Amino acid sequence: MKDESQPALPVNSQNGNHPETIPSVAVSARALPDNLAVKCPNCRELLVGKDWEKNNHVCPRCGHHFRLSAEQRIELLLDEGTFEELAADLIPTDPLEFVSRSQSYRAKLEDEQAKSGLKESVVAGTGKIEGLPLALAIMDFRFIGGSMGSVAGEKITRAIEKGLEDHIPVLIVSASGGARMQEGLLSLMQMAKISAALARLSEAGVPYISLLTDPTTGGVMASFASLGDVILAEPGALIGFSGPRVVEQFMHQRLPKDTNTSEFVLAHGMIDAIVHRRMLRATLAKLLRLYHNAGRSAVIG
Amino acid sequence: MAYDLEFERPLAELDKRIQGLQRKGDRLKADERAQLRSLEQQLEERTRQIYGNLTRWQRVQVARHRDRPYTNDYIKLICDDYFEMRGDRRYGDDRAIQGGMASIDGKTVFILGHQKGRDLKEKTECSFGLTHPEGCRKALRMMREAERFHMPVITFIDTQGASPGLEDEQRGISQAIAENLEVMPRLHTPILSIVIGEGGSGGALAFGVADRILMLENAIYMVASPEAAASILWRDSAFASHAAEAMRITAPDLLELGLIEQIIPEPVGGAHRNHLEMAETLKAAILENLAELERLPMDVLLEKRYQRYRNIGAFATEPVKAGSGSNR
Repeated sequence: MKDESQPALPVNSQNGNHPETIPSVAVSARALPDNLAVKCPNCRELLVGKDWEKNNHVCPRCGHHFRLSAEQRIELLLDEGTFEELAADLIPTDPLEFVSRSQSYRAKLEDEQAKSGLKESVVAGTGKIEGLPLALAIMDFRFIGGSMGSVAGEKITRAIEKGLEDHIPVLIVSASGGARMQEGLLSLMQMAKISAALARLSEAGVPYISLLTDPTTGGVMASFASLGDVILAEPGALIGFSGPRVVEQFMHQRLPKDTNTSEFVLAHGMIDAIVHRRMLRATLAKLLRLYHNAGRSAVIG
Repeated sequence: MAYDLEFERPLAELDKRIQGLQRKGDRLKADERAQLRSLEQQLEERTRQIYGNLTRWQRVQVARHRDRPYTNDYIKLICDDYFEMRGDRRYGDDRAIQGGMASIDGKTVFILGHQKGRDLKEKTECSFGLTHPEGCRKALRMMREAERFHMPVITFIDTQGASPGLEDEQRGISQAIAENLEVMPRLHTPILSIVIGEGGSGGALAFGVADRILMLENAIYMVASPEAAASILWRDSAFASHAAEAMRITAPDLLELGLIEQIIPEPVGGAHRNHLEMAETLKAAILENLAELERLPMDVLLEKRYQRYRNIGAFATEPVKAGSGSNR
């Protein structure tokens, strides 16, 4: 039987497929004995689980950035204990009564919920970085490839509205193959909904920082992920509108190795910086400080 | 105009017999003349019957029909004056998006849309209607111009999606689409979008953030083309027809889901059978909708447009257990 657990766009980063290591990243690390050792999908090095975790899930040998769960991302970025979840009660439905060739959408949602412990692909909330408040939404690739349906769209929009209401900066961490097929046009329209909310945020003079992580493609990349006042990316992430395989099929040619990576979009002027995971929190704190102090006169105080 | 879609086979047969009789011209005998009239009647009835019961996948084929009117056909048939504006003033002129200032019943509007191209030469020139970044940026330039001079914007949507080429990535197709999505909700002039054929993915949405979205009866609008959706869902684009059925992509589907405002009826047998009749119906719908939109004060119009999108989404709520949802 074919499965539908794949992201909305074929994802195949330049680092090759991410084999058996992915589940062990995904599931809460501490509990699992098989986290004693993890194989880096990029350089094939066998890593000691504890060292790898301490290294923020980055391969100490080649610098490969493993995907993080939303929970791990919160732990990495926010001041301890400051996260408060928003819209935690939202759950997906099956608005199209999607007729699948394999598993029904409802059954798939239940499966994914059980597997990931998440209700959907986005976790939204508020928190602080070095004492400075922000509203944030974090996509979790484990949940149907981080795909964006109605719930993801709504949670991200609510995070933006929270930023607007409290006049605090908004951070969105993307990790998504794009729009979710099983909710049809409702998914596509989330791009418009979120972008409209961001337009209001922008008009109100509230900063929005977009962080792109592996992978950020499709409708997510072609909407809010590309609309940040500042756009950052983790190294080596797959980033682009189309997946490289789609581009190759369309062009009938092999593409250069770094096509649609963080490095590629930086070189083409689409983002501001590539930030190593160990520097992420400090970089975000710096940006928050700079925005926070904007408009203050240095002389008068 | 041939009947060349598979489900039109009964129509093709009737049509062949009709043409056989018509070739005789004046030499038709009285009983043959009666037969011709009866066959013509049968053809119309069968057409009505078949087109009244199209499956979603059949509608995809009608929406993609090679004789279906395109943006430029409608511009010619609807507008009494037209000046095409070209280029994005940054890099190039994307022929997949065409439009400019036009006059409809003496009223100046901006009209633009996807152009798929009729013959191979035009198709190649227009990239088969697959939008490049320059097309999005050219449209944005026109929309800002429309805003400055208080002209309503009319967009025609007819594309399988944005172009997935290497150069599109290099020149920022994502950024170009995203920018339109951010600007259109706040554009201080009415926007009316009409899906005339295929609406596919971000390449359609970038021209479709509007006060109202209308769809021609046999048009389709989808998150990804049925082929792309099938390969994403089941790793095989051969299941496109299945994806088309599952994704609820037709005008009646989307009206029911509350995602569009109105369905514009097509001539019997589809828009491709009668371009002129289709254009007249479309023109009437455009004028009627614009008149209604223009009556609204700008702040009301913009608030309604915002809420139109803000309220899209289907989800439920469930009680949250105390303590859950925190990271510690």
